[in-house]
Amino acid sequence: MNEHAASQEEALGKVILSARNIAKSFGNVHALKAVNFDVHYGQVTTLFGENGAGKSTLMKILSGVIQPSSGEIVLEGEPVRFSSTTEAQRHGISIIHQELSLAPNLSVRDNVFMGREIVGKGGVDYAEESRQTRQLMEELDEPIDPLTPVEDLRLGQQQIVEIARALSVNSRILIMDEPTSALSASEVEVLFRVIRDLKSRGVSLVYISHHLEEALTITDHAVVLRDGRMTAYAARAEIDLEWIVRNMVGENFDLGSPPEGYAMGDAVLSIEGVTVPDASVPGRAVVDDMSLSVRAGEIVCIYGLMGAGRTELLESVAGRGGMVAGRVLLHGEDISRLSIAERIEKGLVLVPEDRQRDGLVQTMSVGENLSLASIGAFTKGLLTSRGRERHVVGDSISNVHIKTDGPAASIGSLSGGNQQKVVIGKMMATHPRVVLLDEPSRGIDIGAKAEVFRLLSEGAAQQGLAVVFSTSEVGECLSIAHRIVVMSRGRIAAEFGADATKEEIMAASGEAVVA
Amino acid sequence: MSDVSQDNDNERGKLFGGDFDIKRVLLEGRAFFALIAIIVIFSILSPVYFSTSNFLTMSSHVAIFGLLSLGMLLVILTGGIDLSVGSTLGLAGVFAGFLMQGVSFEILGVVFYPPVWVVVILTCGLGALVGAINGVLIAYFKVPAFVATLGLLYVARGVALLMTDGLTFNNLGGSPELGNTGFDWLGFNRLLGIPVGVLILAAVAIVGILLLARTPFGRWVYSTGGNARAAELSGVPVKRVQVLVYVISGICAAIAGLVLSSQLTSAGPTAGTTYELTAIAGVVIGGAALTGGRGNVRGTLLGAFVIGFLSDGLVIIGVSSYWQTVFTGAVIILAVLLNSIQYSGQKKQKASSDGKTTSPQPEGATGRSPASGSTAGKAGTQS
Repeated sequence: MNEHAASQEEALGKVILSARNIAKSFGNVHALKAVNFDVHYGQVTTLFGENGAGKSTLMKILSGVIQPSSGEIVLEGEPVRFSSTTEAQRHGISIIHQELSLAPNLSVRDNVFMGREIVGKGGVDYAEESRQTRQLMEELDEPIDPLTPVEDLRLGQQQIVEIARALSVNSRILIMDEPTSALSASEVEVLFRVIRDLKSRGVSLVYISHHLEEALTITDHAVVLRDGRMTAYAARAEIDLEWIVRNMVGENFDLGSPPEGYAMGDAVLSIEGVTVPDASVPGRAVVDDMSLSVRAGEIVCIYGLMGAGRTELLESVAGRGGMVAGRVLLHGEDISRLSIAERIEKGLVLVPEDRQRDGLVQTMSVGENLSLASIGAFTKGLLTSRGRERHVVGDSISNVHIKTDGPAASIGSLSGGNQQKVVIGKMMATHPRVVLLDEPSRGIDIGAKAEVFRLLSEGAAQQGLAVVFSTSEVGECLSIAHRIVVMSRGRIAAEFGADATKEEIMAASGEAVVA
Repeated sequence: MSDVSQDNDNERGKLFGGDFDIKRVLLEGRAFFALIAIIVIFSILSPVYFSTSNFLTMSSHVAIFGLLSLGMLLVILTGGIDLSVGSTLGLAGVFAGFLMQGVSFEILGVVFYPPVWVVVILTCGLGALVGAINGVLIAYFKVPAFVATLGLLYVARGVALLMTDGLTFNNLGGSPELGNTGFDWLGFNRLLGIPVGVLILAAVAIVGILLLARTPFGRWVYSTGGNARAAELSGVPVKRVQVLVYVISGICAAIAGLVLSSQLTSAGPTAGTTYELTAIAGVVIGGAALTGGRGNVRGTLLGAFVIGFLSDGLVIIGVSSYWQTVFTGAVIILAVLLNSIQYSGQKKQKASSDGKTTSPQPEGATGRSPASGSTAGKAGTQS
């Protein structure tokens, strides 16, 4: 388990910050068990691990959000203790959380100096703040006017504002938790350029990402956590994707292959010339005259970059509106004018992309969430039947293999993967014929991902479900999909069979292969 | 690996459950314990407080706030707010009083005296109409609930004043010859020794419990308030639900208006002024979250009783009405404080088990208009 200990000594860069035998327990739950972790001067150390492996806990300890139960943090040879984030910041350690902590209504300048305003004789010295902000943004090669409201910036630019804020407190160690999860490919490139620039200025970075391929392009050291232990450590030159996945999961992992050995039915879902206009840019369409037909038992993967129109396409087909032209046919019947509820009734369901925002009702229990879309199935006359509801919920829990204390458990008590299964189980309980899933693997670990894909594949093979799922990870296209549709700028850029290669798919999407 | 984190969560849950058992019971049953404390304290301070007749009298006062609170509960559960109920109550009373005086059709030259049951139906219809205007403005025209119902607060009060020229209807008894007697059976009289208003409250509460716990509509209400976007994508008719809760709130206010004017045997246009705030307080003391999705009928009833028994108790022991106001305010603040503790406790538990959970933050509820959350959700559904 601790074979890394020796290799740490011969690290490439000088070790600036190291965590020694860090353990953290919440009651009798051990989130971290004797973890050693080094941050190297002017280099990127990436922390890999599934959800619940302890990555965030470790980062919270390093940045002073929480304190370790045992073990010590050594900064440049001196043992230190951070009792708060401010104290960690004073030592030059800053963290950029996954959910950005900017005030969207304030300007870039006000955000950079939030809480640390430069106060002169006549109140806040805005001129000086503006000057420093401008300088910071120029250093980061993103010359945004300091007075621009943050809400007017693209997400990628907002992230750079966060970085500027961290730099403005002279951070020498910058921790970034999933910084690319919401960025487009070009924004990721900008971010990576900034990261390389920061490295050359002697800033040490800790990087966390679920996007393994992407993280590999930027990292100098890889550390893998599993179940609160460090399972592997290596420098970039010694590792590849397979090594990371093997160490994360502990076994070779396969997302499955397209189900075979049955005849597909007729076209169940036909999309004809669907057009969705862009709400922010008049005259532009996010979905531009799209047509697609899916057969019963067929699994179609829609691949595309962020902004390619995948979400808008799936949402408009599910009935969330926005469609200005085109038709959606289900079993040959035009359903374009029906409400979401009516489409669900007819057998068309959507599992939305953002399960926190669109999928789950956090105030309700696991069981109530699972039965929300199929209340009619257990309503007799005016009242619902508790017995039948228990039955529906019990079936869902076992069908989609949700690991929970029971139907009364709160949604927040589930892991990300199990939450996703609740959203899928909820829609499956309506006995659909067509299932649309928008990025079903987003933010869930590989184990849960494989299970979700297995469920979809079983549904297609055994119940003749037509499945359409979207993804932005090319590896997922090449798993269970019979057909891969590549979307770019609201149109179908290419279509492939299951035998396509990653390179073909990425090239068709217009994605610049990150060097 | 998901099973590992799952196991951790379970253990943590047990741990918290074990440690905080007594605190939890006290916290969750706070409205109940508060009511017991109020009864005990006032019984000690005053010999007349602890008697059946006093409890019945106080309960008939509670009935008014209870009815408003129950309607308000549904609205708050969807993440909205209804500031117009006090005015609707006043308008309903005046409207009922107006009908009891007889409606004259000048063209036909006749005066029509509707029987009491017709008056009840028409008055409830008026309440429903006010609620429907609120609901449509909020659900379909995206007017923030706070603003829409604030507008109706003024409009309904203004109409009530216009209808009577600011005067009060005192003659609600009707007469046997006209066949419109029986208005006193809406609140003034007693059935089996219990004030009719209390029985009406009980009936509405039972309907409310069934509605929320056992009907699809109840589930829709909770899901709309918990996460309108998710509810919509699950096939919940979110907009219809929003309109309906305001309609129900309006009807509850109209019933309260009938009960109050029957109790007082008069219908004044200023009746029910600021009652909307008392109704909201009852819901909040009962443990509901202003952000929506949490709360129940039992808690709300307890909340209404806490406020009613407290203020009547203060009157009985002779505390000045100025001090009564101070006490009531303090109780409300305490209740909201306990709500924050309860929900932030849950949030922390969540946060420690799943770092990415974005749960609604009850602390924010006091700071921002409760309407903003739901309107943000609504605006989002348009994109």
